[in-house]
Amino acid sequence: MAKQVSPGVLALRKVVDDVYADAREAKKQGKLVGWSSSKFPCELAEAFDLNVMYPENQAAGIAAQRDGEIMCQAAEDLGFDNDICGYARISLAYAAGKRASRKFDPETLEFIIDPKSGKPLKDENGNVVIDPETGKPKKDPKTQVPYTVLDDIHEIEALPETTEKEIAYKNFRREAIKPYKQMRIPQPDFVLCCNNICNCMTKWYENIARMCNIPLIMVDIPYNNTIEVSDSAVKYVRAQFDAAIHQLEELTGKKFDEEKFELACKHANRTAQNWLKVCDYLQYKPAPMSGFDLFNHMADVVTARGKEAAADAFDLLAHDLEQNIKEGTSTLPFPEKYRVMFEGIPCWPKLPNLFKPLKENGVNVTAVVYAPAFGFVYNNMDEMARAYYKAPNSVCIEQGVAWREGICRDNKVDGVLVHYNRSCKPWSGYMAEMQRRFTKDLGVPCAGFDGDQADPRNFNEAQYTTRVQGLVEAMDANKKD
Amino acid sequence: MSIYTMGIDVGSTASKCVIMKDGKDIVAKSLVAVGTGTSGPARAIAEVLENAKMSREQMDFVLATGYGRNSLDGLADMQMSELSCHAKGATYLFPDVRTVIDIGGQDVKVIEIENGMMKNFVMNDKCAAGTGRFLDVMARVLEVRVEDLGDLGDKSTKEIGISSTCTVFAESEVISQLAVGTDKCDIIAGIHRSVAGRVSGLCNRVGVRDRVVMTGGVAQNHGIVKALVDQLQHEIFTSPLTQYNGALGASLFAYQKALKKQQ
Repeated sequence: MAKQVSPGVLALRKVVDDVYADAREAKKQGKLVGWSSSKFPCELAEAFDLNVMYPENQAAGIAAQRDGEIMCQAAEDLGFDNDICGYARISLAYAAGKRASRKFDPETLEFIIDPKSGKPLKDENGNVVIDPETGKPKKDPKTQVPYTVLDDIHEIEALPETTEKEIAYKNFRREAIKPYKQMRIPQPDFVLCCNNICNCMTKWYENIARMCNIPLIMVDIPYNNTIEVSDSAVKYVRAQFDAAIHQLEELTGKKFDEEKFELACKHANRTAQNWLKVCDYLQYKPAPMSGFDLFNHMADVVTARGKEAAADAFDLLAHDLEQNIKEGTSTLPFPEKYRVMFEGIPCWPKLPNLFKPLKENGVNVTAVVYAPAFGFVYNNMDEMARAYYKAPNSVCIEQGVAWREGICRDNKVDGVLVHYNRSCKPWSGYMAEMQRRFTKDLGVPCAGFDGDQADPRNFNEAQYTTRVQGLVEAMDANKKD
Repeated sequence: MSIYTMGIDVGSTASKCVIMKDGKDIVAKSLVAVGTGTSGPARAIAEVLENAKMSREQMDFVLATGYGRNSLDGLADMQMSELSCHAKGATYLFPDVRTVIDIGGQDVKVIEIENGMMKNFVMNDKCAAGTGRFLDVMARVLEVRVEDLGDLGDKSTKEIGISSTCTVFAESEVISQLAVGTDKCDIIAGIHRSVAGRVSGLCNRVGVRDRVVMTGGVAQNHGIVKALVDQLQHEIFTSPLTQYNGALGASLFAYQKALKKQQ
């Protein structure tokens, strides 16, 4: 039976789909489309009615669709080191025109199916059909897909169109690009960068701007050594907001629309409040949802937090969860035996592998740092500057620990699973010390594993499984104490 | 009536089995120097049963651990991670143990123990440096047997630094040392210090508490143990049974499970 998806989740999916579709449509109509870092003040772009795409969200989607490796390699071929962030590599390859595409025969214009792809064929009783020749399970042809190859949109666009055959070939090659939304976003006309979320962002966006010869609007957030954001820091950021507004006015030829800005702020605040409300449902024991879902819902927080539809969709999801509590149900597909905080970004290309041992051991993720990090509310431009100053990688370790320990206590976790993310040095760098603090302050065991948010080459399933099992056994021992 | 349990530790480079009686006495053990994906596990099981003069059917509970613990189709009643099993085994050998350092074929683990139970642990990252595999590679380059590394390192008279933490780069560093005529024994002592440096970093992350016990095959190399003692400034205890420690722990857990089953 197909998995039932709640109205809230469907609404959230639609919000993100619409953001992508609207950007494609805007581009078609000759309007400007920008690319933005996830925690750039989207309220500013909303005030100018600009369509904005989010490379981090795009890269996560590409990685989850298993095209992270080919895109990362494409960036490496362009000269980017494989030590830099996987999201950055995917985004830079995309900005350079590289695309994951489906292999086809140029003569027949038919896709070439990868015989290794697809799911095992099952008979009417649900048993796997074995090929008598090879002794291996047969593949279900309906689930088989073409080989993945790398293509280049600039190369395609430069192809001649003098004969019918050439036109057909060019169109087919264009259509062969993977059809999912993240592989079909428009090229940028400008970039919006705020380096509060990570310090690799600055060079990443500078590269895109140079590669595509487009304006870069930059908001620099220095690392914050204190828990409170000082007034001078707020002044520094506020002045950059003013400069960004001026740049956007020049770019669009429009005046800054105060009313639209205030409306976007209102929506962003409502989205944040409803996001927090959803996250807070994980405090229930057992939780009415799989906390891993929050990672998927981050797409809305990133791409649409200044839109009314996102605020409404989170409201709807909160309503669904309330119903689950009343009915004693959960979206978690197994009984919750243990509750953990999952620290870091998931390994998107290996999501099923990540989830498998958690499911087998009854481990639900009931805390993620994104909850407090994106649940910020403000009342004016200065407060907005202060709010944007605080992101997971721009705050000091004391603030980082306080955020996490707060949510661990509220959401009653038994342990912490830490992703040492090869893509994210600033995030992973202080985790060893944080792990020590969690164990000391909360008395819960922690386990760390190596992986990557987008590059599957940095993850080893056997190592991960052992660490999860070890964590479960340590949580068990801790409970017995 | 006595309860017989078997612990199987299918590692990446060796397969070990231990049969115990009533969770107290070791009846038989076996070790085959190849691990998961080979004939090693089956041979180790056959050997331990033969040594004990018993059959699989006479085992009240069989518990598997180690890297290849999931590959024993139907041979084991249950599987557990090698972390808990090493903690259990070390507690059997040294009841007051607080810290276990286990260097296996491709994993390094440091386990914090409280009241005989695993409280917390840290493992190596996705890199073979500091593991048994690292020593295998070095022994091959130096044309010596891995089991002789400890004795050869003792003969060192000069301190040579092997600075690379990466196995591949360390290998070329060793080759460069050999090319300039550096004494093998000095190189080996340098390798021991390099491994100890990497492992002590993990130890310090968990926090080292006495008594410290080292398990796994690498614990048989007294050069590594000595280098670790120097780095950590804590006495380290080992036992001739260190390589069986995971299987021993598995057998002890199997006893607990067998008792539960009987209830």
